[in-house]
Amino acid sequence: MTLPPFVTSRQKPFILALLGLGVVLPFAVYPVFLMKGLCFGLFAAAFNLLLGYVGLLSFGHAMFFGWSAYLTAHAAKEWGLTPELAILMGVALATALGAVVGWLAIRRQGIYFAMITLALAQLGFFVAVQAPMTHGEDGIQGVPRGHLFGLFDLADTMTMYYFVLAVFVASLLFLYRVVNSPFGQVLKAIRDNEPRAISLGYEVSRYKLIAFVLSAAFAGLAGSLKSLVFQLASLADVSWHMSGEVVLMTLLGGVGTVLGPTVGAFLVVAIQDFFAGIGSWVIIIQGVIFVVCVLLFRSGMIGVLAPWLKRRGITG
Amino acid sequence: MMTILGIPTQALFGQLLLGLINGAFYAMLSLGLALIFGLLNIINFSHGALYMMGAFVAWLALNFLGLGYWPALIVAPLVVALAGIVIERTMLCRLYKLDHLYGLLLTFGLALIIEGLFREGYGVSGQPYSVPSELAGGWNLGFMFLPIYRGWVVVASLVLCLGTWYAIEKTKLGAYLRAATENPTLVQAFGINVPVMITLTYGFGVALAAIAGVLAAPIYQVSPKMGSDLIIVVFAVVVIGGMGSIMGSILTGYMLGLVEGLTKVFYPEAASTVIFMVMVVVLLIKPAGLFGKGA
Amino acid sequence: MVMKRLLLGAAALALSTGMAHAQYSDGKVKIGVLTDLSGTYSDLAGKGTIVAAQMAIDDFGGKLNGMPIELISADHQNKADIASGIARKWYDTEQVDAIAELVTTAAAIAVREVSKEKGKIDLVSGAASTPLTNDKCSATGFHWTYDTYALANGTGDAVVKNGGKTWFFLTADYAFGHNLQAQTEKVVKANGGVVKGAVKHPFPNADFSSFLLQAQSSGAQIIGLANAGADTINAIKQAKEFGITQSGQQLAGLLVFITDIHSLGLETAQGMMLTTGFYWDMDDQTRAWSKRWSEKMGGGKMPSMVHAGTYSQVLHYLKSAAAAKTDEGIKVADEMRKLPIADFFAKNGKIRADGRMVHDMYLAQVKKPSESKGPWDYYKIVRTIPGDQAYQPLSESTCPLVKK
Repeated sequence: MTLPPFVTSRQKPFILALLGLGVVLPFAVYPVFLMKGLCFGLFAAAFNLLLGYVGLLSFGHAMFFGWSAYLTAHAAKEWGLTPELAILMGVALATALGAVVGWLAIRRQGIYFAMITLALAQLGFFVAVQAPMTHGEDGIQGVPRGHLFGLFDLADTMTMYYFVLAVFVASLLFLYRVVNSPFGQVLKAIRDNEPRAISLGYEVSRYKLIAFVLSAAFAGLAGSLKSLVFQLASLADVSWHMSGEVVLMTLLGGVGTVLGPTVGAFLVVAIQDFFAGIGSWVIIIQGVIFVVCVLLFRSGMIGVLAPWLKRRGITG
Repeated sequence: MMTILGIPTQALFGQLLLGLINGAFYAMLSLGLALIFGLLNIINFSHGALYMMGAFVAWLALNFLGLGYWPALIVAPLVVALAGIVIERTMLCRLYKLDHLYGLLLTFGLALIIEGLFREGYGVSGQPYSVPSELAGGWNLGFMFLPIYRGWVVVASLVLCLGTWYAIEKTKLGAYLRAATENPTLVQAFGINVPVMITLTYGFGVALAAIAGVLAAPIYQVSPKMGSDLIIVVFAVVVIGGMGSIMGSILTGYMLGLVEGLTKVFYPEAASTVIFMVMVVVLLIKPAGLFGKGA
Repeated sequence: MVMKRLLLGAAALALSTGMAHAQYSDGKVKIGVLTDLSGTYSDLAGKGTIVAAQMAIDDFGGKLNGMPIELISADHQNKADIASGIARKWYDTEQVDAIAELVTTAAAIAVREVSKEKGKIDLVSGAASTPLTNDKCSATGFHWTYDTYALANGTGDAVVKNGGKTWFFLTADYAFGHNLQAQTEKVVKANGGVVKGAVKHPFPNADFSSFLLQAQSSGAQIIGLANAGADTINAIKQAKEFGITQSGQQLAGLLVFITDIHSLGLETAQGMMLTTGFYWDMDDQTRAWSKRWSEKMGGGKMPSMVHAGTYSQVLHYLKSAAAAKTDEGIKVADEMRKLPIADFFAKNGKIRADGRMVHDMYLAQVKKPSESKGPWDYYKIVRTIPGDQAYQPLSESTCPLVKK
């Protein structure tokens, strides 16, 4: 297997091992669970591009995730589009929304940025409640998964799984490439010292906007995939709790690492899965995780593992 | 009968008055948030949960200790302030040197824990709490029937808010507080114990939330969800008013109550969203909020 | 998949060779109770439905033609996505044969879609909306306890006939609220009543004062509450506070559970008309069952219609699975439609082609505090509405399974 040239030779075995794991895991673990983890992993990775590499905490990412899910579901169900086209439509919508929200929000920083993204996402939620297309509380249900490129029947769980895995891997490699490109270096420079980046002649707001739009687009991709996996798009996807959940995943896994958000997403999904039978304890446990992460491991799970990975030259 | 945009003027007055009552809650809650943000630089996401806790303490006091409404108005804020002080001393105080996003995330987690524990203990369908007999009944104002209790809420909130404002702007203690907000190191050098002041401020801020909770108990259900429904709106109020501005948060609280009241007449479906529309517009025109200084 | 089919084949072969055993996959029958354990509806449904389902299993004897019966439960948090995820997992990995309870329409429809796809049985007790037996109906899906049509029909009809001719609606702004309002409007108009207006309020909503004021200025005699749970409770409390009931207007709660009345208190709720599928204090059977349920719940509570309905549906499922000698969804479903339902909940119930379990409904009025003899003595049953009149006629159903 040939890996993209930006992957170093020492990382190669590690990445191949992970890929191998991704390929065989569905034979041991319930594939729908894995797909959920991958979708949220992608969502968290997209969110992390903004928080981890530009230092902007968005509290409104559910808007891109949810609206993309809605449009994909609608396109697949009502217009009968093939899955790849439906996903493209969802991503296009998320990208457009990202451009508008980003343009409005990047003028502010810190708490103000978080609040304005939250406010705009609440407007998005309001439209979702009102628009007939979303079917309100019921959501768009029974979305057909369809045939990918008219060939592969995604109704088969395994086919769907490998499709999700492929999209996930490609997206993560792309995000990894972005972060380690000159563009990514500029983003980090902005995160660490914005005035300095400005004085060096970078058009900071343009960089921020591009990062925001990219982040929104991938969040949208995650939402589209999720709507096909679960054959449903609902208000939960656009609510502010979803925005909070993606923060939790990223924080738990490790802000500013490539794999951290995915690890965090799998952990959160596993917790929800495991404690589904015991009511409010899910919320309490999530709260405890938040508190413990903020107080003790601000670098997340991957942050704890990082020194070990670094010694082996796997992360740079 | 006179009408404005097809709505009878009298009905409009009624709606504005109701808006003011809701605004009273927004004002009390956002005042506490603004105080905490001003001195601690922390966005207290658990404010809604502590407001709920205030209402629950009143309910528990009534059902297990036989303490009525008036004693609860004293007891609940004290209990919640104590809880707040413990939170500040054990957790928040470790975060002051970090980006204040961490404070937001920590208190978000705390809000989940507090709400979850009360849900686990008391279910969510809400516990009844009746209006104290001294305040039962209502006045017929001609254009509407005003329950005495709601009138009391507006008066109580005005007294609390203005009292707090006076204490901070016009007294010596308030001057220390404002000074510590500007430059804690210098104030510490003058021999004032800033960490204790910070702790007490947090305690006071959440006590305000608890009082609002007790005031709300007879009007709404005492339910574990009452805080999380409100907190996002109150955030918006604080941001619109200008983070950390005391008077700004009070005025904006009442004002947005009025705006919401009007929306309920003309476009009720949007009542829970209109505040966010205002917020977007305000932040675009005045980035630091209506009453804030600098960005 | 292939492996499973092979195993099933082998098992079938083994069983058919002389053994009297019937065909039950995985050597057991497994029922899942999927409900709201932590949210707005956790009191009217929630843990009490798990207890009710377990009682049905115990009363059936704990074994079905020699096979053990297992129970599993989970919290769907009233969210369609969580409900759909759990249902899928239960069918795929937990060998669940039927899912019961399903409060909240959105969650019920989500499970309905998955059940239809997998050919498994879903038994809806807590959810209200009629699409479940109309365009979302399925051959293996059943709607048990009540629905918005029966509520609108029972309460709307009774209130108009009592002289409540002019109506104003407070409607929760989501599918269930709209559904309930539309159906009640129809009943009101059919009886010669007039709808003076309606206001949609956000869901969930804490402060109803402003909407109540609008209802007041409309001058309508009746304020119809097309909402549920905490929203209904808040609206009723605040109507009292604003002197709405004193000034002559009446409230009609279109979906009110006994748990809501308990939370409101009789002082506030007295006089209200409501439609229910069950009341614990109707006869010896209902009292006996309710007492057992209450003891298992730790005392101090009485069951809502959703709790009782869950018992009834699980018991009927077990009886039918025993009669059909299989746990294969479609065969059990056929048997369920054939067998009549006769238990303390439904004395003369039957299941129609659209999946509706038709049974008598009751029009009740909330007692005055002076009439109540103790805790949970809340309703006077005004009238029994025969099942055939209570529910949407089969001829009006848009369910494709109904042959016309």
